[in-house]
Amino acid sequence: MDYQLIAGQLFNAASVASILFLVAVGLSLSFGIMGVINMAHGEILMLGGYMAYLTFHAVGGVPGVLLALAAAFCAAALLGLLLELSLIRRLAARPLDTLLATWGLGLILQQVARSLFGPIGVEVVAPGWLGGTLDLTGRLLAGVSLAHVRLFILALAALVLGGIGVFLAWTPTGLLVRAVNQDRETAQTLGVDARRIDRLVFALGTGVAGLGGAAVALIAPVTPTVGQSYIVYAFMVVILGGLGSLLGTTVAALLVGLFSAGAQIFTSVSTADVLLLVFVIGFIQFRPRGIVWRRSRALED
Amino acid sequence: MGRGEKRLWLALLGLLLAAPLYLSAYHLSLLGRFLALGLAALGIALIWGQGGMLSLGQGVFFGLGGYALAMHLKLVALKPGELPDFMEWTGLASLPWWWAPFRSGVFALGAVLAVPTLAAGVLGRLVFPKRVGGVYFALLTQALALAFSTFLISQQAYTGGFNGLTNFVSVFGLSVQSGGFQLGLYWASLLFLVGCLALARWLLARPFGRILQAIGVSENRLRFLGYDPARYKLVAFALAGGMAGIGGALFTLHAGVISPAMVGVVPSIEMVVWAAVGGRESLIGAVIGALLVNFCKDWISSLFPDLWLYAMGSLFIVVVTVLPRGLAGLSLKPAALASLLARLRRDSAKATAPAAEGRCEPTRAA
Repeated sequence: MDYQLIAGQLFNAASVASILFLVAVGLSLSFGIMGVINMAHGEILMLGGYMAYLTFHAVGGVPGVLLALAAAFCAAALLGLLLELSLIRRLAARPLDTLLATWGLGLILQQVARSLFGPIGVEVVAPGWLGGTLDLTGRLLAGVSLAHVRLFILALAALVLGGIGVFLAWTPTGLLVRAVNQDRETAQTLGVDARRIDRLVFALGTGVAGLGGAAVALIAPVTPTVGQSYIVYAFMVVILGGLGSLLGTTVAALLVGLFSAGAQIFTSVSTADVLLLVFVIGFIQFRPRGIVWRRSRALED
Repeated sequence: MGRGEKRLWLALLGLLLAAPLYLSAYHLSLLGRFLALGLAALGIALIWGQGGMLSLGQGVFFGLGGYALAMHLKLVALKPGELPDFMEWTGLASLPWWWAPFRSGVFALGAVLAVPTLAAGVLGRLVFPKRVGGVYFALLTQALALAFSTFLISQQAYTGGFNGLTNFVSVFGLSVQSGGFQLGLYWASLLFLVGCLALARWLLARPFGRILQAIGVSENRLRFLGYDPARYKLVAFALAGGMAGIGGALFTLHAGVISPAMVGVVPSIEMVVWAAVGGRESLIGAVIGALLVNFCKDWISSLFPDLWLYAMGSLFIVVVTVLPRGLAGLSLKPAALASLLARLRRDSAKATAPAAEGRCEPTRAA
């Protein structure tokens, strides 16, 4: 077998998985907490991408990258918060309706981006140190080269995963989030302000999608429809992982990354897309609620 | 059926029957095209409005019907030994065996009905018994629409790729240019639409319809009563797929083209909004919604092309927040308007109420 090809595809898989994770984690958490599906999540990623583009115009170098990430996170989280306060809370626990309303919002945001930045993508010029590659020299892996920028995104995703994991597992607010996720009514009865948790989780999730947008901007031009190209895959990750689970989302993102990188060894990108869908439909034959789901005697509608 | 609703049906039918008398050829052809789209919306009203299944992939079945007929039209225009233009461009040596039967008109018409219905049935068989519903189902069907359009684009030698199938010369011996063809096509579209509406109404009046409605209200309760919801959902979904397929075939004739741009994620979700605007719970409402939204789209996008996406986006938001029952839920009686206002107020009150709840931090030991 061709070890270089396999190692290269494994790296690609991890790279795809890291971006999918950044997009999907917010979707998954806010569905678990509030029962809403945010179709405008892709456009929030787009906002992050444009924020990164604007920041790079003003500041370069290492501070430029950090500043771009911060700007993307803050702008996306702010938009998410506004969205939650204005639209989402009116539709809480009506997932199909939030799906349609946020799709409409996504259309509007796309058109805004089109009139502000034009229909053609804007290129982000990544700083030089992100442009290089890391060339491996091991016996079997000689010749495999890993792009710095993809390693950077991988590290970013790992950092976000660790951060959210620590936040959920060990902080007092994280405890409240888990409580509302497990049983909203009981948590409210015990005095948890579920609405505050909703806002927090939603803003956090959209902020992370904004980070994802900044990451995407480093590897490809940002276009008004960039969100559309990620959102459906992100939803595949959410379905596979089980709505509302951090662990499930992580595993599913890796699985989708591995599957499409693996399929691309044998077939074209578009056939790999079709196979991915077949894989997901096949998978839910065995785990209809995703990889990780909460066992409960309550009936779900 | 209430008396008011019956009058609405008859008035609409009268308007549509008389349309060739008062509409210009251009507008008649638009109306016919939108009636074909109305078939897809009708299917959505059946599965979503009645059965609670939101499919974001109806474009797939629409496309299957459209491509089945379009391939027949490409093949009948050929002399013996020739290949459709796009196959020659891509260097295909011979017609793939699975396209060959589409030379026969009867086979193609059968395929327009059977392929989308079967495809929907197979998908339904895979997901409904596993109790994949609600959001999962919506997202899965959306992924299906994406996969289908990507697949069509990538298989250019077999499907015409990005440009789809177009340049039809004649349909069952009639030139597509002739006025008689256009008029006949309008009547055919109206006939199929009325036929499918009648079928859907008939089904809803039977026990099947009651069970479908019960699934939409509470699937679990129905399950406790000993029914198997999966079977009923499957039949309804296959039926809606079939309706979308007929709509796709008629649309292909009206537009003279079927391409991946008409079957992907975006057109599929637009079909849902047609049904939502007209009123998802009302079959006729969904058809009216399809006509209304598409005429507005034609009008706005020709006058202010940039404005259409804003209008469409706002439509999505308004229709679910303010008018969840669509235009069919609107009534101009004062009592109904008052209840609408009350609901709006209650919604905003409900939305702000939780903020007033007491809050308390958990003990650290918990």
